[in-house]
Amino acid sequence: MFKIALQAFITAAKGLAITFTHLLGARRSRKQLDVRKNDYFEKQTGVTTVQFPREKMPVPEVARYQLDVEIDDCIVCDLCAKACPVDCIAIESIKATDVIGKTSDGSVKRLYAAKFDIDMAKCMYCGLCTVVCPTECITMTDQYDRSMTNLAELTYSFAEMTPAEIEQRKQEWTKFQAEKEVAKKKS
Amino acid sequence: MAFYITYIGIGIALFGFIAGFTLFAVYSERKIAGFVQDRLGPMETGKHGTLQTLADILKLIQKEFITPSAADKILFRVAPVVIFIAVFLGFAVMPWAPGLAPSALHLGLFYVIAIISVDAIGLLMAGWGSNNKFSLLGSMRAVAQIVSYEIPSGIALISAVMITQTLDLQEIVANQGIMSAEKLHFFGFWEVSQIGGFFAWNLFQAPHLVIAYVIFFIASLAECNRAPFDIPEAESELVGGFHTEYGGLRFAFIFLAEYAMMFLVAMIGVAVFLGGWNSPLPNLGSARLAEWTTGMAWGVFWTLSKTLLIVGIQMWIRWTLPRLRADQLMALCWKVLTPLAFLCMAVSGIWRIWIMSGT
Repeated sequence: MFKIALQAFITAAKGLAITFTHLLGARRSRKQLDVRKNDYFEKQTGVTTVQFPREKMPVPEVARYQLDVEIDDCIVCDLCAKACPVDCIAIESIKATDVIGKTSDGSVKRLYAAKFDIDMAKCMYCGLCTVVCPTECITMTDQYDRSMTNLAELTYSFAEMTPAEIEQRKQEWTKFQAEKEVAKKKS
Repeated sequence: MAFYITYIGIGIALFGFIAGFTLFAVYSERKIAGFVQDRLGPMETGKHGTLQTLADILKLIQKEFITPSAADKILFRVAPVVIFIAVFLGFAVMPWAPGLAPSALHLGLFYVIAIISVDAIGLLMAGWGSNNKFSLLGSMRAVAQIVSYEIPSGIALISAVMITQTLDLQEIVANQGIMSAEKLHFFGFWEVSQIGGFFAWNLFQAPHLVIAYVIFFIASLAECNRAPFDIPEAESELVGGFHTEYGGLRFAFIFLAEYAMMFLVAMIGVAVFLGGWNSPLPNLGSARLAEWTTGMAWGVFWTLSKTLLIVGIQMWIRWTLPRLRADQLMALCWKVLTPLAFLCMAVSGIWRIWIMSGT
């Protein structure tokens, strides 16, 4: 019994020594917050707290945070919406009568994006949509600190078409279809 | 009539001190906990979170009194008061400076040990009155623990009392420095009555008193339910232990009693073993450090700083050591501390008769 108690005292003393060094070490906080730097792991002694709204940890530009869509590069293929495990991406497309342009990597655009909504409240930041995107127009950014007072504000809309424009494009397509039908019947 | 006003004034002053100390101690506890765990602790309320505990107590004061419908109403309401008063009354005999003590009782030390035991009744009342399984378990553990640990702590104090030959705390303290009426010997061989300083403290009057103080310190941790002996309120097992059902001002009083108890047991240790209001600086030749740093204001300063240091050590231990199991707790008390304390008491007797009377 005395042996155990003595052992307990020795280990307690060891523990107290460790906590005391930490107590004294709290005079300084860790120097390097950026994990990309080479000396990151050497400069981790001291207080680890990062006082968030005032101090921020540096994150890479393409860190795995909120999604962003470069709508001009989007060919509205809907792959991202299909890949999404939580179905947070909602896309509506309107077929164009002809090629409407090219993306920056040379893919041909044949669809208008009438709607491209991402519900950030549902998004689980898996990044699968960015993997499947053929034109790499959907990317993850370094934005993570976005709080909204209204839930609907967390649905980000990336489509740039106005309702009038959408209506016009739809009519163009129906007209084109009708003309095609007529042409088919004639032949 | 005037002395009644003095009595009430002293009571209010002591209460004010305890309340102020609790606010400070809770803040420092949270800061120490933070630093030990590489965190910062409270930082938002006031500069570096200094107003945090003030905000906490304001919140607690504003809260509604909630009594569980199945609780024993009277016991439930009275318990926090009993717990607090038991500790508060202990302060009545504590010496602060030469000639400055609320009451210089001849049986001062005995009175403190006796009155602190009433705390256990308050804890049992709180646990039983709450009519809650966690509260009852917590209070039963608390009572078992406090009653057990009073034995080694009491005997450790007695082994010091056998050397000092008095139970009057003011006299015990006075006999540990340059104002001593008796001859003092550092570890029994070097006369230090005129040198004073830490050499004259009871801790160093005999080698076994160092062990006695360690026993008393460990037992006092258990008596105020501090980690590593905090099984009565083990958060991970018993929600909050005996104070599970308490909220608002009643909880504040239990909390106040807990921190007052920390200060009180630290102060008893300081008064009996660490020289109380005596200066730790010895007279060295022409540098009469002990004489220069003895007096009314110095006395209060030394008492406070020594006690706060011990309280700081209590906090440091709390944030280092894990909680003991109930059986380990009892084994430590009955199989290690109690026999050692008895041994210390026996050595004290021998020391008194053979060494102290011989020199």
